[in-house]
Amino acid sequence: MTHLPDPAKKPPPKVEIWKLTKRFGSFTALDEVSFKIAPGRFHALLGENGAGKSTLVKCLMGTYRADGGSVVLDAAEVEISSPRAAQRLGLGMVYQHFTLVPSMTVAENLVLGDPDLTQVIDWPAQRASLEAFLADMPFRLDLDRLVSSLSAGEKQKLEILKQLRLGSRLLILDEPTSVLTPDEADQILGLMRRLTDEGRISVVLISHKLREVEAYADEVTVLRQGKLVGQGRVADLSRDDMVRMMVGDEPPAQVSARESSGEGAVMLDVQALCVDNDKGLPAVRDLDLQVRAGEIVGVAGISGNGQTEFVEVLAGQRAIAGGQPVVAGEPYHRTRTEMRARGIKLLPEAPLQNACVRGMSVAENLSLRRFDEAPMSRAGFWLNRRAMRARATELIAQFRVKTQGPDAPIETLSGGNVQRTVLARELADGANLLIVQNPCFGLDLKAVAEIRQRIVEARNGGTAVLLLSEDLDEILELSDRILVMSEGRIVYETTRDAARVQDIGRHMAQEGA
Amino acid sequence: MEGTDISWWSVLIAVIGGAIRVSTPYLFVSLGETITEKSGRVNLGLEGVLVMGAMSGYATAVLTGEPWLGVLVAGCAGALLSLVHALVCNLPRVNDIAVGIALFIFGTGLAFFLGKPFINPSAPRLPDIDLGWWSASPQVQSALKINMLFVIGFVLALGLAWALKTTRWGLVLRTVGDSEEAAQALGYNIARVRTLGTVAGGFLSGVGGSYLSLYYPGTWNEGLSSGQGLMAVALVIFARWDPIRCFYASLLFGGATALGPALQTVGITANYYLYGAAPYFLTLALLIYSSSPKRALEGAPGEVSINR
Repeated sequence: MTHLPDPAKKPPPKVEIWKLTKRFGSFTALDEVSFKIAPGRFHALLGENGAGKSTLVKCLMGTYRADGGSVVLDAAEVEISSPRAAQRLGLGMVYQHFTLVPSMTVAENLVLGDPDLTQVIDWPAQRASLEAFLADMPFRLDLDRLVSSLSAGEKQKLEILKQLRLGSRLLILDEPTSVLTPDEADQILGLMRRLTDEGRISVVLISHKLREVEAYADEVTVLRQGKLVGQGRVADLSRDDMVRMMVGDEPPAQVSARESSGEGAVMLDVQALCVDNDKGLPAVRDLDLQVRAGEIVGVAGISGNGQTEFVEVLAGQRAIAGGQPVVAGEPYHRTRTEMRARGIKLLPEAPLQNACVRGMSVAENLSLRRFDEAPMSRAGFWLNRRAMRARATELIAQFRVKTQGPDAPIETLSGGNVQRTVLARELADGANLLIVQNPCFGLDLKAVAEIRQRIVEARNGGTAVLLLSEDLDEILELSDRILVMSEGRIVYETTRDAARVQDIGRHMAQEGA
Repeated sequence: MEGTDISWWSVLIAVIGGAIRVSTPYLFVSLGETITEKSGRVNLGLEGVLVMGAMSGYATAVLTGEPWLGVLVAGCAGALLSLVHALVCNLPRVNDIAVGIALFIFGTGLAFFLGKPFINPSAPRLPDIDLGWWSASPQVQSALKINMLFVIGFVLALGLAWALKTTRWGLVLRTVGDSEEAAQALGYNIARVRTLGTVAGGFLSGVGGSYLSLYYPGTWNEGLSSGQGLMAVALVIFARWDPIRCFYASLLFGGATALGPALQTVGITANYYLYGAAPYFLTLALLIYSSSPKRALEGAPGEVSINR
């Protein structure tokens, strides 16, 4: 049964990528990009969203066919026509979104990828072979656990194990740390580093986190708008060099200065809030939290620790199992009327799904909060489209939304512009309480700086801001007070000045409380 | 007093016997639907497939005199009809629920149209296995007259449970049904796996239909199936996509269907039609019980559209 290649024996290939090009219609996503990866090297691929990193690795993995250029493995040009072909060549990808089957066990997931799997699976033999394989690995997992019960870090490890088990000699890691705690991230990247140092594999790390690139990678290739804009040994480059390569000459706008404000009145007061998740199990447990006017309270935490359920409760999308949020001293029943009367505004995660009507125009989406009152509505029944469009045109200019016009369907906008549109709608009439979740997920640096600036401006104007984010850097940059949420509870609190990444990270990772 | 005791006892035996007799179509359709849904698709057209199977099986048995050949033809007819469902659903932006309802109507309509000439002639029935020889009571004897297809269905449930865990085919099916992303990354052909899963489900449902026309009730007419195909889909949800639980749930539904006739045997004829509605009440009650606005369905394959 152990017909799999022995991970210790075959060395990683020497990879040369030469003038790789990929076009989608008239748009060139990848423009003659070349680089080399020597065996046992840790190579970082750096660039903003849309720079062509994903396109490049998809060409390498056989998901896309390149329109030009070639890939040379160990001095032989290869044709990579499918993910299977890439696998046979020893190229393996660890995806950003886990490609594990949640209802299966660790053992079943490890066996799945085996191209020579027999029709009837000889489980005793497979298990013996898996145990032997794990004994040689720097980390281990219980074979009988269901994937759905694994933590994000464990899932990431399983993805890596799966690739190593398949005999992949070149591992491509696509933003592997976006769902991990800082400790887990260091652990995983450290393990990868060790495997490359031992010469067992080569690694390509796709990332936009400079810290990770500096700490772990040997070499870096920087892409911008599909073009190769920089290359070199990490040791020879400064952080500024890399930022300049990534964003071009124009540096991103600085987040505006925070005006120190006195202690404001309590806007949002949540005591002993309990919420159940989709499985009927507690997701938020006895949560206590207060947000005052004129401050940003940042809630850090790994995704899946109750943040989404908490925001859904505040948005009125999910039932409360216990407790009652209080806004400005009065119970908040989460109705549209209350939200409008008290100025409660929301920018939830994935706003295209959670805060927009996909098929409707930008103008209509911008009017969702106020379409049924004058001037957008006459007699509370007839819509005044002209007023809606006029208001939308104003907001589009003010928030610099890039759209073909107020009548373009919102789903045709890019992620950053959807985010700007929703933020424009929520902030246009002023907000007393702004609830924001992962506002900059997947946006480029310019959009990120702009969105963050709007949030800080709202705070300076006296809005109470509750910011839930999986991006610790964002929390540290924006928050006046920092809370850590783990397993549905607030497990740690600190101020902006006293915050230390290590402490926060440790509490993010803690089990129970 | 004693007399009532005995009659309740015979009601129980009649319900158990009825459960075994009536449950077979439920069992086959629910196992078929389990395979289909494990691949990530819902085939609501199985009611139509069931009726089509009943008609084609009966017609084959009438024409050839071979009931087992009828079973085979019924399965193939079911597979063919489900292939239509699978191929249509493989097209982009097609909703499997809507196609299923269309197939349901199409299948029953086609079966009635093609089956008109076979309402009168009588077909040979499928043979029994007599497991009640040891008892002197005629009620027990009749309750334990078990059809071969029931036994095959039971073995099939065990076999399917085994296959989903310990065969490559089972793992691939579950992967495709639970995470399209994972299946794509592993390089499996999602459309092909789903097509095969739907066709296999259709074959089993067709066989279930042949049981209706060739064994119990054992005739072909337009009122033959009273929604068993649809109820079996609900039953799969209640059984949480587990073949062994499908077997128990089929017996439960069979027992509910047999309640009315069983009470009739002891002379309780009042409210006969009310008892006849027992399986529908049961379906409703179980669906209400197993669904909730607050939780997602437990054990549901991730890619099944009722789960999204």
